[in-house]
Amino acid sequence: MSEIKVSGLSHVYSADTPFEKIAINDVNVEIPHGQLVGLIGHTGSGKSTFIQHLNGLLVPTSGTVLVDSVNINGDKTASRDVRFKVGLVFQYPEYQLFEETVYADIAFGPKNMKLTESDIDERVREAAALVGVSEELFERSPLELSGGQKRRVAIAGVIAMRPGVLILDEPTAGLDPAGCKMILETICDYREKTGSTVVIVSHSMDDVARIADRLIVFNHGSIRFDGTPEEVFSNPKELSDIGLSVPAPTQIAAALREQGIEVEDSVYTNEQLLAALLKLKKEAGRNA
Amino acid sequence: MSSIISIKNVHYTYPGDEFESLCGIDLEIEKGSFVAVLGHNGSGKSTLAKHLNAILTPTEGEVLVNGMSTNDEDKLIDIRRTVGMVFQNPDNQIVANVVEDDVAFAPENLGVEPQEIRKRVDNALKQVDMYEFRLHAPHLLSGGQKQRVAIAGVIAMEPEVIVLDEPTAMLDPKGREEVISTVTKLCREKGITVVLITHHMSECIGSDRVIVMSNGHVIADDSPEKVFSQVELMKSEGLTVPATTELMFELNKNGWHLPLTALGVKECAKEIAKELK
Amino acid sequence: MLKDITLGQYFPGDTVVHRLDPRTKLLLVIVYIVGLFNSAGWASYAFVIIVTALSMAISKIKPKSALKGLKPLVIIIILTAVLNIFYTDGTPIVEGWIITWEGIERAVMMSLRIILLIVGTFMLTYTTSPIALTDGLEIMMGPLKKIKIPVHEMSMMMSMALRFIPTLIEETDKIMSAQKARGADFDSGNLFQRAKALLPILVPLFVSAFRRADELAVAMESRCYHGGKGRTRMKQMRMQGIDAWALVLGAVFLAAIFVMKRFGL
Repeated sequence: MSEIKVSGLSHVYSADTPFEKIAINDVNVEIPHGQLVGLIGHTGSGKSTFIQHLNGLLVPTSGTVLVDSVNINGDKTASRDVRFKVGLVFQYPEYQLFEETVYADIAFGPKNMKLTESDIDERVREAAALVGVSEELFERSPLELSGGQKRRVAIAGVIAMRPGVLILDEPTAGLDPAGCKMILETICDYREKTGSTVVIVSHSMDDVARIADRLIVFNHGSIRFDGTPEEVFSNPKELSDIGLSVPAPTQIAAALREQGIEVEDSVYTNEQLLAALLKLKKEAGRNA
Repeated sequence: MSSIISIKNVHYTYPGDEFESLCGIDLEIEKGSFVAVLGHNGSGKSTLAKHLNAILTPTEGEVLVNGMSTNDEDKLIDIRRTVGMVFQNPDNQIVANVVEDDVAFAPENLGVEPQEIRKRVDNALKQVDMYEFRLHAPHLLSGGQKQRVAIAGVIAMEPEVIVLDEPTAMLDPKGREEVISTVTKLCREKGITVVLITHHMSECIGSDRVIVMSNGHVIADDSPEKVFSQVELMKSEGLTVPATTELMFELNKNGWHLPLTALGVKECAKEIAKELK
Repeated sequence: MLKDITLGQYFPGDTVVHRLDPRTKLLLVIVYIVGLFNSAGWASYAFVIIVTALSMAISKIKPKSALKGLKPLVIIIILTAVLNIFYTDGTPIVEGWIITWEGIERAVMMSLRIILLIVGTFMLTYTTSPIALTDGLEIMMGPLKKIKIPVHEMSMMMSMALRFIPTLIEETDKIMSAQKARGADFDSGNLFQRAKALLPILVPLFVSAFRRADELAVAMESRCYHGGKGRTRMKQMRMQGIDAWALVLGAVFLAAIFVMKRFGL
């Protein structure tokens, strides 16, 4: 379990070339222990650049990142330790698999931590169990697995480092609905069992809103909204202006209000909308 | 309407596989229609798509494009210029370093006259709204833009059919929307037949016909309204239905009487309002 | 970062140099290289430098981006300079020292030669799209087809390679970041350990390159690619008045260099 404190963070890419670009601009945010945060923004909003600062892969042009009150860019040890404290799962992580066996690939992270054989073994088995990779697959080549299985193995490779914070960049990209559902369930499950802080980066509102405690919306390199899903989705117009759509249930609720039906504007899942409508129907029945 | 592609009892087994990926598919694709093909991973939908322009040929059965059999090797180029194909990964189908050079690739292969190619390239880029990017380097474009360039590259062949094999799987919502509205426009305004392979339900709402595949079989084939109202079937196939249908389905379970065919947000809200008043 | 390498990159533009026929530019680069290697004295070098600077100004290349292109080759330049300083006989700058005046002169000249060589060719790739370049090469090599050399295939392979370089560089960056996030260390250890540390990058990179090649082949076939036979081109290459002028200037340049060489300048 870890907490993150980011202050005044800015990053400029390719400074002094024809391609100079300010990717993020003065971002301030605190993520407390154990929170599940959805980080939302369209492509190029700076969200991917932002998360690479949280484990020290990118060094800020200005500003600081504190993880558990340690400045991660303070010295060499700090910037190495943070890789293991903040686990980052990239987009399409299955493309990083390289070892001959599934077991060896999951063990790559723990090995880099210079742990003992038995510690490594314990972590590999634990991580595999957490993401639902059965031990029968351990000796197979990762390249033989199906797309969904590969992705699980790749996620296990990060989880095996036992990071206090787990960040996943578009974990459901390219999967079919059943695959998406399974990955999101795995993440929720992981968080419940380990109590870790989890950050999910996504451009899809529907998926993340359902499971996140808090949503942070990025636009043009800065934070545009930061709050509970209810709070964030009560700005449907601003969200669509920056190229994001609100979840379908919120859209239906808005259309219902136009029809003169009083549904709260904070619903964002079908379950909530269903409950609200059933309640209305009951009341209507009583009044009649 | 006459059909432009006929799929007749097509079976296909990948070399080295024991099981069939397509188990006897019979379909007629009508000229000018917008057909969506849905299915979970491994349902055979992409295998079917690859049969439409002879990337794969059936182990048994026949695919006819404008009467030409894909088994006939002499007709290969004619079939491929009739049925254009757009793939999932935009990076792996763009061949040139400049957008307009890429769009010119297919007509150049077909030996079209230079001035005519120029005309077709400009025209194709305008149709997908990428004309102003004609001198850009493709690798600096967004996913949606790259995919539109790929579509322009196919239009420049002047095909009668465009098959898109999960063109939106790697795109963000904005890119997805760009691609879908582009192909919808091409179908409705230019009369190009569109076959869209996807696993996003929302992309099928505007189509004329939805075909659902599972384990190499066609398990549903009807208008989107009728297909999506079979909520239980869709769920058992690991597919979702649009949020509107899902909501109305759940309400009906609680004794409401809503027509499951109202797919749009507005129509759905109207139906619910009627029930409540 | 790998992405920052500007060497060999094309920057679209609309200068006179951008509009020249790629064949003209290829010829001019050959002329330039011949001229450079025939420069014997300081006057010739000054002349080449002025010509280079002028051409850069006309093509609107910022000196900064040209210098950036030199970055990856700094080691070679320094090595050449050092070797020349220490291994040239002549008058020592201080009695008993190994460093000679001649050595210094040669070191400066050799470094200049490499720098100018790179900057000159850099101008070609900066102002000519790789496709135009390979097309130009293909046409110039056309006669070789008669002796069964697969010119079209070679030029197609080259333009594909050029097309995928930025994509693969981006991918390498991504894979490197992903492995670093798992604690991979590419910067410490001895040579053997470092080479071994590259495995987590190379394996995924190769797997992905093969997948890309496979998909690309299918995509090309789908767009009716069937070799060079019967293929036309949208952009016809036509030498124009401006190309003739450029070639005349090239000839003047070369003549000037040889005249200076004759007089030992």
